[in-house]
Amino acid sequence: MVSSITEIKETSNHQKWDARFIKDKIFTGLIILFSLITISPIVLIISKLISKGYKQINLSFFTETTPNTYQAMLANEAGNTIPGGILNGITGTILMVFLASLMAIPIGVLIGIYLYENGTKRYAKIVKDITDILQGVPSIVLGLISYFWVVKFITNGFSALAGSFALFIMMLPLIIRSTEETFKMIPVSIKEAGFALGVPYHKIIFRILIPSGLSGLITGILLATSRVIGETAPLMLTALGSMAVNLNIEKPTSAIPLLIWEFYNDPNMVDLIWASSLLLMMLVLGINLISKMIISKRNL
Amino acid sequence: MDEINVEIKDAVLEIKNVSVAYNKGNYAVTNVSAAIKRNRITAIMGPSGCGKSTLLRAINRMHDLYPNIVTEGQILLNGADAAKMSTMMLRRKIGMVFQRPNPFPNMSIADNVIAGYKLNGISLKKSEKEEIIEKSLQDVALWKEVKDSLNQKGTFLSGGQQQRLCIARALAFQPEVILLDEPTSSLDPISTKKIEELLIELKEQYSIILVTHNMSQAARISDYSMFMYLGELVEYGKTKEMFINPKDKRTDEYLTGKFS
Ligand SMILES: Nc1ncnc2c1ncn2[C@@H]1O[C@H](COP(=O)(O)OP(=O)(O)OP(=O)(O)O)[C@@H](O)[C@H]1O
Ligand SMILES: [Mg+2]
Repeated sequence: MVSSITEIKETSNHQKWDARFIKDKIFTGLIILFSLITISPIVLIISKLISKGYKQINLSFFTETTPNTYQAMLANEAGNTIPGGILNGITGTILMVFLASLMAIPIGVLIGIYLYENGTKRYAKIVKDITDILQGVPSIVLGLISYFWVVKFITNGFSALAGSFALFIMMLPLIIRSTEETFKMIPVSIKEAGFALGVPYHKIIFRILIPSGLSGLITGILLATSRVIGETAPLMLTALGSMAVNLNIEKPTSAIPLLIWEFYNDPNMVDLIWASSLLLMMLVLGINLISKMIISKRNL
Repeated sequence: MDEINVEIKDAVLEIKNVSVAYNKGNYAVTNVSAAIKRNRITAIMGPSGCGKSTLLRAINRMHDLYPNIVTEGQILLNGADAAKMSTMMLRRKIGMVFQRPNPFPNMSIADNVIAGYKLNGISLKKSEKEEIIEKSLQDVALWKEVKDSLNQKGTFLSGGQQQRLCIARALAFQPEVILLDEPTSSLDPISTKKIEELLIELKEQYSIILVTHNMSQAARISDYSMFMYLGELVEYGKTKEMFINPKDKRTDEYLTGKFS
């Protein structure tokens, strides 16, 4: 008697356990499926870029400027890789992103600190709203603004400065917001500890808050950089492009995304599209990975 | 009460008719007067929200930070008006320790101890630095535990060690008064005991004001006690007398656990 009862109990338990087991399996399967759907575009893009672009990636890709269409045509007909590289685009991107950061980092961080300190004041709320609006402005519109301000009145022509101004306005809201969020995560008691030692306000900001939140600030800056590094539209209206390496901020300048657009319009340059896109993609991925690493280190 | 008034020349701090309002007309502390004795531990007790922290923060003018807060009355430190001192001078003489340990996360243990000097731009010779660091850490009984890791971040220490580091940071400035706002409420019993023993030793050199929720802590280590209720200072006297024979009915009810 006793043993049969326990047997029944066991089997029913077993069945219940089985049902849960199956549910678990289905659920895990769904999660895997959805994750695959999410990551597949990235994998597809990268594999496509690598398979199409690797041929062009060699030393001259990084050390020489863009070939003209005739050279590319000859190389294509002979079945060779296209000569030359995209040095003018690489230097232009570095120059313009650097200039944009030079403007956006100090201004963005200071405004972010201001919002963190005065978040409830009316004026701060207005600034916050403007920041949100700015974040939603299409980048081509920012390019137009830079065109009307910088191209027409400051450099009197297309220029690296005009390009970086457009990128600067794109970076600004991102840095402002990330600065504010970073500072909000620092406990108020840390700030008060400084005040309790009689430390003046500006030193609390520069010697306690900024160093304490440094990893967060850097992450925000890196993400803003990776956001603008691939921008094409605003640069078409401002930096225009250049076949040669240009480091004069008042002169037209190329950039990697601008070159991709130019290659796209030239049937002889198709192979360079893929190689340049691969480089751009790697830059963006690399920056994102670095910021992820900084974030995970901070959370340790 | 009389006894405390008689001994006013021994008072390190005189709190005179101090009131604090967070919003206009809405007082969190009303008309508190008391003379705090030198080299003694004075506990501030009372139910949550009665204004203990608010009163404590009025003493080193922490309320100055927030322009909406109105502070009235006068506080004398050794007879001198605290309102007329520079905040740096005042806070050098009156150190503060908070409820949660708050070492500066961007600084090493050593730098945390001398943070008051570094951040105020007071330059120290290397030998002075080392002396202050060692003495302050020894005063809080932390020296032995951390002397080999002075260059590590203070945030890697345990909660109790961090709190002792924060006390060391306050001591490094050689203050006369140390204000502590429930310094053990986030700590385990062993760390709490260590800090209590430490405070008893420290009163040889410093005057200590301790806000505490914990009546038995006040009974264990304080010489004088204040009982606050709804922003008022209801009773102030020798701790022993207050616990044995409270003069006010509200004190009695609080001490016997009728409300908390
Ligand atoms: N920043 C603030 N703004 C507005 N009101 C405040 C603020 N801080 C405290 N108060 C109010 O002031 C009164 C006294 O608060 P206080 O923090 O001094 O009490 P407390 O005795 O320290 O309480 P606890 O034991 O909970 O720490 C409370 O009614 C509280 O709600
Ligand atoms: Mg309190």
